[in-house]
Amino acid sequence: MLSSERFIERLKEEGFSFFTGVPCSLLSGLISCLESRPDYLPAVREDAAVGLCAGAYMAGRLPVLLMQNSGLGYSLNAFTSLNLIYKIPVLVIMSWRGHLGKDAPEHIIMGEINEDLLKTADMEYAVLSDENCEEVLARARTVIGEGLPFTLLVKKGQFDERH
Amino acid sequence: MKGTEAFRVIVPLLGDRPVVHANGYICRESFQVQDREANFYMIGSMGLASSIGLGVALGRPDRQVVVFDGDGNVLMAMGTLAMIAAAQPKNLVHVVFDNQVYESTGSQRSLSGEIPLDEVARSVGYRHTERVANEEELAAAFQRMLAEPGPSFLLVKVEPGFDPATGRVTHSPEEIRDRFMRALK
Repeated sequence: MLSSERFIERLKEEGFSFFTGVPCSLLSGLISCLESRPDYLPAVREDAAVGLCAGAYMAGRLPVLLMQNSGLGYSLNAFTSLNLIYKIPVLVIMSWRGHLGKDAPEHIIMGEINEDLLKTADMEYAVLSDENCEEVLARARTVIGEGLPFTLLVKKGQFDERH
Repeated sequence: MKGTEAFRVIVPLLGDRPVVHANGYICRESFQVQDREANFYMIGSMGLASSIGLGVALGRPDRQVVVFDGDGNVLMAMGTLAMIAAAQPKNLVHVVFDNQVYESTGSQRSLSGEIPLDEVARSVGYRHTERVANEEELAAAFQRMLAEPGPSFLLVKVEPGFDPATGRVTHSPEEIRDRFMRALK
């Protein structure tokens, strides 16, 4: 398990300075660290969060978008017709509900296909773990430096939950 | 007042303000009247002009930011009105050109004939909302909004009547991004 506080601090150290998203219980520890900060704004939908991050990026901020993998469905068109063609980067922290088919019924299909969807859209991602945290953050900075989105998939138990 | 006439009134009042444009005829009409470096032409991602504009306004609180939106876009992303009202950016002016149809796909009717979008914006918490339907009202209301703290919402009722000879935005998406970011520096 990674510390939510420490992880948010690492993102700050890496230059990320704008946070938004739609909550997931798997990300509740991270969001509880962000909620009191002025640079966090809750989004109503994941695609609106994609737009918000794109605007913040063009205004000079480095954005982070937190979402459940269900939000990938809502935001896929935003990624393909905004971020990927304009080269507007964003760090996406995406919880992986339905991993290995063990979850509530509504999460099973997206849990099976979220990796394939990201690959099909040519959106680079990594599955976050205790061991690879520094390595994937470095890779994320490189990809974002090239103007592209990078997704960190977060499994249950990777961060503490607070709900 | 047709859309083209509304753009001819409003564009000369923009100064160097960044403007985020909704997709479709909003981009093409504005581009035709005057192409500006500070114009972000959103060619896809329908519904997101308002959230992009909010992101720019929050990222650059020292700059007044304008969104040129359409009724179909606003109806698609009404939740974003809540995000704008919650964030209360003083520097955001949200202009909606409302022709009550999806004109670029064949003029199918939208719901804005039944739903008064300015009243939606007022009740959700925009600080300043107005509705105009002719050039004189438009110029006066837009100038008031530029002079007062936002978030502001200007509903511009226009008649459909897009000229199909109007050109398309000729810049590539990456050029649009680079120009816009230069204008924000």
